[in-house]
Amino acid sequence: MAFQVMLNFILALVWMFLSSNFTAAGFLVGFILGVILIIIMRRFFTTRLYLARVWAIIKLTLIFLKELILANIQVLKVVLRPELDMQPAFFAYPTVLTRDWEITLLSSLITLTPGTVVVHVSDDAKVLYVHAIDIGDVDEAIAAIRDSFEKAILEVSKS
Amino acid sequence: MTILANSLIIFFISIGVLFIVVTAIGLIRLPDLYTRAHAASKSATLGVMCVLIGVFFHFWLIEDHFNPRILLGILFLFITGPVGGHIMTRSSYIAGVKPWKGTVRDDLAPEIERMKKEQGIK
Repeated sequence: MAFQVMLNFILALVWMFLSSNFTAAGFLVGFILGVILIIIMRRFFTTRLYLARVWAIIKLTLIFLKELILANIQVLKVVLRPELDMQPAFFAYPTVLTRDWEITLLSSLITLTPGTVVVHVSDDAKVLYVHAIDIGDVDEAIAAIRDSFEKAILEVSKS
Repeated sequence: MTILANSLIIFFISIGVLFIVVTAIGLIRLPDLYTRAHAASKSATLGVMCVLIGVFFHFWLIEDHFNPRILLGILFLFITGPVGGHIMTRSSYIAGVKPWKGTVRDDLAPEIERMKKEQGIK
C-alpha cells in the first residue's frame, strides 16, 4: 500500500514537472492521472489496489461513528432508568485478529461502543475479556462485534 | 446563513453538555467501578468531542477563524479516551476490586487467577 501511494505521489510530481505547473491544481491533475495509470497497471502489483483499502478505512470510520452515537444513547438509557436492573457481566471474546495494531484498534472500538469495555487481553492475544454493562445474550453480543468491527478491520488489513 | 450556523453550534454544544451531565449522573448512580467506567469512558468522550466541534464551528463560521488545533484535540481525545478506560478497569481488576453483586457472569476471574499464579503475585 505504501509503495503504491508513493508511486502515485511521484507520478503527480512528474506531471508537475512535465507541464511546468507548480500549483495545487497541477498536483491534483497529476494525482488523478497517476490513479488512472495505477489502475491500468494493477496486475503488476502483488498487493491489491490501495484505493480499496482507503475505501475500507472510510467504511470502518462510518460504522464506528454510528456505533459511538448508539453507545451513548444506550448509556443514557441505562443511567436515567428509575431502578438499576441491568445485568453486568464479564465475557470472553475469542478474536481471529493476529497483528498488534489490529487488536489495539479492535479493543479501542469495542470500548467506545454500546455497553462494552475491554478489561483484559490474554497473554497470547487470542482472547479479549470484555465487560458488558447489560448482557442479554452473550452469543448475540459476540456475533454483533464479529459482524461489524472484526469484519471491517479484516477488510482493511487484507493485503 | 447565520441562523443556520448558530443552530448548528447550539445543537452540538447542547448535545455535548447533555452527555457530560449524563456522565456525572452515571458516576453517582451506578453501583461499581466497572459500570462507572462505561459512563466515564463513553459519554465523556462524545460529550467533550461535541462541545469541541461546536466551538470549532463557532470560530469558523461566526468569527471566520479556522482553528485546526481543535480538530487535533478531537482526534487525540478519540485515541486516548478508550485507552484510559481500559487501563483503569484492568488495573482495578488485577488489584482485586470486586464487581457488583448483580454481575451475572465472570469469565475473567479464572484467567487473572492463572496469570497471578504464573507470575507469583498474591
